[in-house]
Amino acid sequence: MAKERAFRQAFPVKGGDFSRAGDVSCLIKNLLKEIGVPAPILRRLAIASYEAEMNIIMYAAEGTADLTVTPDEVRLVYSDRGPGIPDITLAMREGYSTATAEMRELGFGAGMGLPNIKKNADTFLLASEPGRGTRLEIAIRLNGRQL
Amino acid sequence: MILKEALALIDGALLTAECDLNVELSNVFASDLMSDVLAFIEAGSLLLTGLVNAHVVRTASLADVAAVVFVQGKRPTAEIVTEAQHNNLPLASTALTMFEACQRLAPPFRER
Repeated sequence: MAKERAFRQAFPVKGGDFSRAGDVSCLIKNLLKEIGVPAPILRRLAIASYEAEMNIIMYAAEGTADLTVTPDEVRLVYSDRGPGIPDITLAMREGYSTATAEMRELGFGAGMGLPNIKKNADTFLLASEPGRGTRLEIAIRLNGRQL
Repeated sequence: MILKEALALIDGALLTAECDLNVELSNVFASDLMSDVLAFIEAGSLLLTGLVNAHVVRTASLADVAAVVFVQGKRPTAEIVTEAQHNNLPLASTALTMFEACQRLAPPFRER
């Protein structure tokens, strides 16, 4: 993988701003579509990205989505300044949720987010420091397809 | 089944202009929970929902949903319709309940 062929872009995500939720993931999806990422891979990336973006909006003060594209893979790192996750094993359990009534009224907070991100990603790394924040790194392989 | 045929079955009124009514529907998914839509919907499906907010359009667009039908005669704001149109996502509304809409759409999909 030639490093000089990598594309990188960072997108700020504002915590608590439900009105613009999904904007960053739409931008990322459109960008990847333009550079020729195939539809099934694009869909997995978009779903994982939206779930991660929603988690920052729902729980953190602020965060960043860091996108890296190489000929081999698309890598997304979502990091935030927020409350963190005290028990990652519990948070990964389908149906476990700490969502508020407001989040549920919007149709979210069913406890499917993190497991769904893992399901759509080829690699999944989640690290969190309670009181500081969370860092989620996922990658989806492009099967060597040249972009 | 194409979108035009599905809308005829449930008396759906189209809310977005200039959209492709001949798009083939892979399946139908009924839910008010966008978390479940993101986790379980098949690409190219028709989404039936009673939830009317901008997150429905964003969820549907990101998950490659073919079209969204709001049940119980619900209609989104003009701003939401504009966003859907921008994303090439057809929106429609039916006076039927979620259960009735599912009943009418189920037979043709069961016979596939």
